[in-house]
Amino acid sequence: MKKLRKVYIALIMVFLYAPIVLLVLYSFNDSKSRAKWGGFTLRWYQELFSDKVIISSLGTTLSIGLLAAVISTILGTFGAIVLYQMKRGPRNMMLNVVNLPMLNSEVVTGVSLMLLFALAKLQMGYMTLLLSHISFCVPYVVLSVMPKLRQLEPNLAEAAQDLGATPVQGFFKVILPDIMPGVVSGFLMALTMSIDDFVVSFFTTGSGVSNLSITIYTMAKRGISPKINALSTLIFGGVLILMLILNLKDMKNPDGAKKIEKVKIPY
Amino acid sequence: MKHKNLMSLPFTLWAIIFIVLPLCLIVWYGITLEIPVEYTQITLEDGSTAYKLEDGTVQTQEPWQKKAVISFSNFKRMVEPTYLKLLIRSLRVALLTTLICLLLGYPVALILTGKDFKHPSLWMMLIILPMWMNFLLRTYSWMSILENSGILNSWIASLREAIPAFDKFLSDRGVGNKIIFLYNENAVILGMVYNYLSFMIMPIYTVIEKIDRSLLEAAADLGASPSKSFLRVTLPYSLPGVLEGVTMVFVPAVTTFVISQLMGGGKVPLIGDVIQNQFGKSSDWHFGASLSLLVMVVVLAFMRGLHSIDKEEEVQKEVRIF
Repeated sequence: MKKLRKVYIALIMVFLYAPIVLLVLYSFNDSKSRAKWGGFTLRWYQELFSDKVIISSLGTTLSIGLLAAVISTILGTFGAIVLYQMKRGPRNMMLNVVNLPMLNSEVVTGVSLMLLFALAKLQMGYMTLLLSHISFCVPYVVLSVMPKLRQLEPNLAEAAQDLGATPVQGFFKVILPDIMPGVVSGFLMALTMSIDDFVVSFFTTGSGVSNLSITIYTMAKRGISPKINALSTLIFGGVLILMLILNLKDMKNPDGAKKIEKVKIPY
Repeated sequence: MKHKNLMSLPFTLWAIIFIVLPLCLIVWYGITLEIPVEYTQITLEDGSTAYKLEDGTVQTQEPWQKKAVISFSNFKRMVEPTYLKLLIRSLRVALLTTLICLLLGYPVALILTGKDFKHPSLWMMLIILPMWMNFLLRTYSWMSILENSGILNSWIASLREAIPAFDKFLSDRGVGNKIIFLYNENAVILGMVYNYLSFMIMPIYTVIEKIDRSLLEAAADLGASPSKSFLRVTLPYSLPGVLEGVTMVFVPAVTTFVISQLMGGGKVPLIGDVIQNQFGKSSDWHFGASLSLLVMVVVLAFMRGLHSIDKEEEVQKEVRIF
C-alpha cells in the first residue's frame, strides 16, 4: 500500500515534468527540428543573447513585471489601509468590488480593459500593457495585506502619534514594519502574475510591444525557436535553485519562523 | 473623519475606473449594436447635394457615422446551433477537466500530508515549480510528445517491432502505424488537466495539512477504521479546499483559448476562441462583449452553486451537535 502511494506520486511527477525535461533537452539539441536529436550543443544559448526579438520581449516582461509589481504594491497597500479604516458596510462593498477581477476569468478582464482603453482613445502599447497589469495585480496585494492589518494592535497608530510622531512618521515607523510580510508576499504575487500573464496582455498590447508570452504565442504557429527553450531553461534553472535553497534553509530549522514571533507588550 | 474620506478618494476612484467602468463597458457593448445613422439626401440652394442626418445636422459627404442602439439580437445569435454547440462543448470540457483534476489531485494532497513523505513542503514546491515555465511552452512541448511523428508514436513503433505480440494486438484492433493523439477534444482536455492540476492540489493540500491530527487519533481511538475516519473527518474538513480548487480550475478552463488552439489545432474551438476572434479578425466587439457577458454569468452561477454546497454542509454540522 505504501509502495502504491509512492508510485502514484512518482507517476504524477512524471506527468508534470515530462514536457519540461523535453524542453530542456531541446535547448541542447543541435538540430532545429523537434523530431530528431542532432547532437549536444550550446549554440542556442550563445545565439540567444544576439536575438533582438527575444531580448526585447524579455526586457518588456521584466520591466512591466517590476513596474507593475512596485506600483500595484504601493496602490494595493494604500488601498488595504483605506479599506481597513472604512465602516463595515462600505468596506464589504469595496472588498467585493476589489475581488471582482479575481472572480472574473482573464478573458473578461482582458476584454473589459481593452474596451476601457478604446473608450479613452489610448494607443495600445507599453502604457496600456502596464496599466492593465497594475489593475489585475492590485487585488492580490490588497488580499495579502488585509489579514496583516487585521492582526495589528488597533491603538498602535494613536500611540505613535501620542508619542509625538506625525501620521506619516507613524505609518513608516510603526505600521509598515508590522504589515511588511503581507506587503512583501503581495509584491511577489504581483510580480509572478505579471511575468506569467498571457491572456490580459494579448488584449491590451499593440504597436509591436510584446512580452515573452506574446512572442511565444506568435512563434507557436510557425514553430518555436530553440533559443526560447534555452531562455526558459535558464529561467527555470534559476528558480529551481532559489526554491531549493529556501526550502533547505526551512528544513534545517523548521521552527525558525516561530522564534521571531513578537512578544506582546502587556498594557 | 474628513481627511479619512479624502484618503479613500484616490483608491475608490481607481477601483471605479479600472474595475467597475470596464465591466459596465462590457454590459453596454453587449446589449447594443452599431448601425449606420439614417439620413435624407437634400439639394442645397446652390444646387449641390448634401445629407441631412437624424439629429438635424447637414453635411456634404455621404454619412459614415454610426450610432449605438440597444438590441438583444446578439443574445439571439448566441442560441444559434453553431454557438450553442460551442458553449455546450466548453462547459463539457471544463467540467471534465475539473473532475479529472479533482480525482488526480485529491490523492496527491492526501498522500503528501500522510506519513509516507518526510518533507511534504519540498514535494509541494516540486508540484508548483512547473508553473514557473511559461505555460505556452509547456503545452507546445506536449504537442511534440503527442504529434504523429512525435515521441510517443515513435516509442510505440519501436515497441511493436520488438514485441510481435503487441503489434498483432494493435493491428487486430485496427490501430494504424501512427496513432492520432492530437487535434481532438481529448487532447484539449489533457492540455488543460496538465496546466491546471497544480491549482487543484495546492488549496486541498493547504486545508488537509491544517486538520488537527488529534482529531484523526480520536477517531481511531473511538474505533473508526482508516476509511471511516477519512470519510467522517478528513473529507468534510477538506471540503473548503476542494471548493477553492474546483473554482481555480473551472474558471480558467471554461474560458481558455490558447490550449484549445494548440492542442486542438483549431478543430476544437471553445467559447474563448470565439471571444478572441470577435476582438481580432471578425472585429465584432458587440458580439464579443455579449459572449463575455455570458461567460461572466456562467462563472457567477457556478460559484453560487458551489457556495450553496458549502453552506448546506455548515448547517448539517450544526445539526449534528445536538
